[in-house]
Amino acid sequence: MTALDIPRLRIDRERIIPWLQEYGVYIGVAALLVFNIVFTPHFLSLENFRTQAVQVTPVLILSLGMALVIATGGIDLSVGSVMALAAAMISLYLGYGPVVAILVALVAGAAAGAVNGALVAFAGVQAIVATLAMMIGGRGLSLVLLPQLEGIRNPGIRELGAGSVLGVPYLVWISVALIALVVFIVRRTTFGRQIVAIGGNRRASELSGLPVQRTLLAVYVLCGLFAAIAGVLATARLQASDPNSLGVLIELSAITAVVVGGTPLQGGRVRVAGTVAGAVLMQLLVSTLIKHDLPPSWTQIAQTVVIIAAVYVARERGKK
Amino acid sequence: MTATAAQGGADEAASILRTRGLTKRFPGVLALDEVDFELSHGEVHALVGENGAGKSTLIKVLTGVYAPDGGQVRYQGEDVRFDTPLRAQQAGISTIYQEVNLIPLLSVARNLFLGREPRRFGLIDFPRMHREAATILRDYGVEVDVTRPLQGLSMGARQMVALARAVMAEARVVIMDEPTSSLEPREVETLFSVIDTLRERKITVVYVSHRLDELYRICDRVTVLREGRVVHTGAMADLERLRLISLMLGRDMEQIERQGSTTFGGPHQARAEEPVLVADDLNARQQLHGVSLAIHPGEVLGLGGLLGSGRTETARAIAGALPLESGRITVAGVPLRRRSTAAAIRAGISMLPEDRKSEGIIPELSVRENIALAAMPRMSRFGLVSERRIDRVVDVFVRRLRIKAAGTRQKVAELSGGNQQKVLLARWLALNPTVLLLDEPTRGIDVGAKAEVQRLVDELAAEGLGVMLISSDVEELIEGADRVVVLKDGAVVGELTGDEVSEGGLMSAIADAGADIDPPEAGAAETSPATLPPTGTAATSADGTVTTGEDTADTRATAGAGKGPAREEGR
Amino acid sequence: MTTGKSTAVVELGAVGPDGDTGRQPPAGNGERGGVATEFVQRHGALVVLLIVLAVASLTLDSFFSLGNLNHIAVGAAFPAIIALGMTFVIITGGIDLSVGTVFALAGVLAAWASQFGSLAALALPLVVCGLIGMLNGVLIARARLAPFIVTLATMLGAWGLMLAVSDEGTETYVVPDGLLLTPIVQDRIAGIGYPVFLVIVLFTIGGLMLRRTGWGQNLYAVGGNEDAAALLGVPVARTKITAYTLSGLCAGLAGALNAVWLGSGVTIFGIGIELDAISAVVIGGTLLAGGYGFVSGSLVGVLLLNVIQNIINAIGSLSSAYQQVVSGSFLILVVLAQNYLSRRRKQV
Repeated sequence: MTALDIPRLRIDRERIIPWLQEYGVYIGVAALLVFNIVFTPHFLSLENFRTQAVQVTPVLILSLGMALVIATGGIDLSVGSVMALAAAMISLYLGYGPVVAILVALVAGAAAGAVNGALVAFAGVQAIVATLAMMIGGRGLSLVLLPQLEGIRNPGIRELGAGSVLGVPYLVWISVALIALVVFIVRRTTFGRQIVAIGGNRRASELSGLPVQRTLLAVYVLCGLFAAIAGVLATARLQASDPNSLGVLIELSAITAVVVGGTPLQGGRVRVAGTVAGAVLMQLLVSTLIKHDLPPSWTQIAQTVVIIAAVYVARERGKK
Repeated sequence: MTATAAQGGADEAASILRTRGLTKRFPGVLALDEVDFELSHGEVHALVGENGAGKSTLIKVLTGVYAPDGGQVRYQGEDVRFDTPLRAQQAGISTIYQEVNLIPLLSVARNLFLGREPRRFGLIDFPRMHREAATILRDYGVEVDVTRPLQGLSMGARQMVALARAVMAEARVVIMDEPTSSLEPREVETLFSVIDTLRERKITVVYVSHRLDELYRICDRVTVLREGRVVHTGAMADLERLRLISLMLGRDMEQIERQGSTTFGGPHQARAEEPVLVADDLNARQQLHGVSLAIHPGEVLGLGGLLGSGRTETARAIAGALPLESGRITVAGVPLRRRSTAAAIRAGISMLPEDRKSEGIIPELSVRENIALAAMPRMSRFGLVSERRIDRVVDVFVRRLRIKAAGTRQKVAELSGGNQQKVLLARWLALNPTVLLLDEPTRGIDVGAKAEVQRLVDELAAEGLGVMLISSDVEELIEGADRVVVLKDGAVVGELTGDEVSEGGLMSAIADAGADIDPPEAGAAETSPATLPPTGTAATSADGTVTTGEDTADTRATAGAGKGPAREEGR
Repeated sequence: MTTGKSTAVVELGAVGPDGDTGRQPPAGNGERGGVATEFVQRHGALVVLLIVLAVASLTLDSFFSLGNLNHIAVGAAFPAIIALGMTFVIITGGIDLSVGTVFALAGVLAAWASQFGSLAALALPLVVCGLIGMLNGVLIARARLAPFIVTLATMLGAWGLMLAVSDEGTETYVVPDGLLLTPIVQDRIAGIGYPVFLVIVLFTIGGLMLRRTGWGQNLYAVGGNEDAAALLGVPVARTKITAYTLSGLCAGLAGALNAVWLGSGVTIFGIGIELDAISAVVIGGTLLAGGYGFVSGSLVGVLLLNVIQNIINAIGSLSSAYQQVVSGSFLILVVLAQNYLSRRRKQV
């Protein structure tokens, strides 16, 4: 914490920036927590924590998949649309029971991810373009399949969205499980190592015999799958499929969570804990502003500033 | 004033640019060591030296890409220090790179006039611009439809456009870096006649090339660099060809018989077994023409030849990193069926790539991860990484190669060049290969690490590996290799065995190869009379020289590929 | 230098539409491939547009009428203005995702300011949107941040700003009757709406700026090869900043006129329009990688997307959301085609 001393802050820009990249997100979360504990009434209630944890779920899950994609040096702008696609699928296939509906939704998400991945890995299309097209097309497709908001009255889905075990909502359990899964992938599997290696130096990875194309494809499929999970959970919580507005602009929050968490946009590195903290930071920021009666417009402008600041700080690493 | 001042004045009248004690350091390497370099008005000055001699560093310091660490540059009688290439250019020092610094998608005329287009009523006067561009380029032997994109032009024509642009900008000094490396003989002739006109116009030309014939044909004076120092400067005509080569390689002719300074031991015990690697009739479009070679276990095979002769391409083809049109590769008697790096690695071929930075290390990862990268599948089960196995392997190699790092978890980007190279060697050795291809294994690393790498090559050969060694350091090649295959223009032109493996033998082989600038037969056979269609786009390509790089409409991809290391002369 | 050259001249001539560093072996179909590629790149969208128009005229009864065509043209007018600015940005090798919400913001600002007269209704959105564009440019060119993330962020910021102006989206400002600007936007001459003429004028100016001014040359140079452009003396940062500023201004103008045309500043209008603009530009032949493109192609691209929209609406049984599916698929097909064409040139 000595680095936060004001005089040093001036002198040690060189050290402050990497330090901020590593720990800035935790400082941010801590600062927001302290602020809320002091100034927000009823912040320290179990109920509030439960609400926060449930609300952060979609962005958190998206950012996990996004972190893997960004680690390869790519990007996925289509996650919001894939969420909508999953929501549409749930509504369409609910007649076959909730399990089938959810499975179809997940398959749809993975398929969308596979299209992205194939375009990026095999056809050599820039990730931004491929996923941008999926962002447009995916949203359109979900609207074609399900033109407007449709309520869901299935008890199973309702239970998924609102129920809890041991006092902890299902949604939170699922996010925890997914975090554990991604940590496992990154830490323990060759796949995880290959992801960062490809992001770090694609040429060297190819020359070292790594299955670069297959790995890229798998990463985008995983990201699509995660987006579908987020879509299913959001639908369950809303108890309605809303292909029109579900996940609009959420890709931005997910990307921000990843970047704020210390994963550089140019890839080669992935920080799962930082990403989780990044998602929590974005959630706390929004809820703090709302709790203090600042209008949504302020929330969005504040988010804009945080994003640009985070990208600016992250860029310093690339320059070195 | 005094005599010195008068003399200085006289010097300045003769010289347009001179450096005194120019020094440039990179971490671990002294790239320029007190270089005194002088250019006279209107001369064509050859700048020669092998890889790592400091030519490109000198050029980059003169043109403002690098700032010198010491010494001074006097240009047109004033001390100068250019902080950007643009400044140097505005002052009149232009560089014509082989990867021409123009914009491929813009038309020829627009490239020529960018920033000083003729105007009419405030708008660009295209008819006039096109007329003038055509007229100017005709003087450079380029008669094309100037409204077409530059990317339709041959490399030679592009260089001419760059040259014309430099002269239009009133350049006083034009630096040409390997200008003929991708030109056809007739294009070379045009270039020479243009250089003659530059000389008449009192424009100084710095000519960097490895083609000795060309140097003797058009250069007035020569400066030879070796290991960052000027080892010779004087009139071109006074310098014998063989003497020039020995200067470049840094060995006096009399010294050749004496013991070298490398740490290689004597010849290796090549085992009289079946060759461990056989490459048969490798052909790659315009890069390799029927290259065949074999490596026996326990043998170090050297690949000789100048830059761009196909050494790197041969190694890459064997390692599955360069697509082949035809050819067979057999490892320990088993033919390689699938052509990919992964297949080559599975068959037991490991290649240490030439460019450590862009193709070797993964900078953000730790020493440990970098070493384990290629062998990861072998050190894991069901896709799960075994940390213990990795640690074991990594520890073995860190100790064996004496990799100096704060720990195996240190980022590889923070290591010195020599240690990075050792990490890469460890990556490839961890695969337990049967054939090891080493492309410039000691380039750009410090003396200590160099000696260790050389000793390691000996050890590996003694263990029975088949080793292929590519090195621009002739001393290293001669003393390290048991046999040397000499390449020229992508084809094998000779093989040195036994006592022939000497600097003298190699030098004459290179000199013979250098004496001939004809393109390979394949290129000559393909050359057809080019026609100029009305649109100017369409014509049969009439060249057969080395090409790399991707042709794609995505310019950034193209630029990236252009910078790619596949092209040996690229740096 | 005299006799030797005349032979050398031939050798130094064009050797086919080759790539940057590559050279190609002699091949008879190389030249035809090159010309065909060039043609597809330049006029592919126009050919497709003409085919679609022809097919639609023959199969749909009410399609080929002045009323319907004018409807398409006027509907395409505002997206076309956005696409114009986007073309500049994409030629520099960048992208501007913020134009959609900037467009919406401009509409709200124009509707609010229209109570102070026509001049205010135009000036306020133009100034604000120009500044947003300039902010994009500065962050991208000077701070060297990735264009997509910067413009994605300002997209959010512009939306926030719009919500702030419109009382969190609850207030819909109405353009007062008798505004001087209203008839200029809504009227038609000979059955053709004024906005169509405005688009023609703007595209003519844009085309002239791009092809005939030093600024335009710099734009191509920056997109073609940024490092080389800097070496050739092009003010790279300044060029990029002006491109993004113009993109902001174009989006602002389109949004303001759209609000006047609709008679109110509708807040949700314009979300997602940036994607249509990007699709239109790319369909029109501009390379997303930068360095190549032309405004007329973007105009054709916008028209093509709007004609398809019109057909989808005319068929009736199709949801208008098909438009987005078509748009996304088109974008990918065009990019794949561009990749394929350039790869084929390499293999020839």
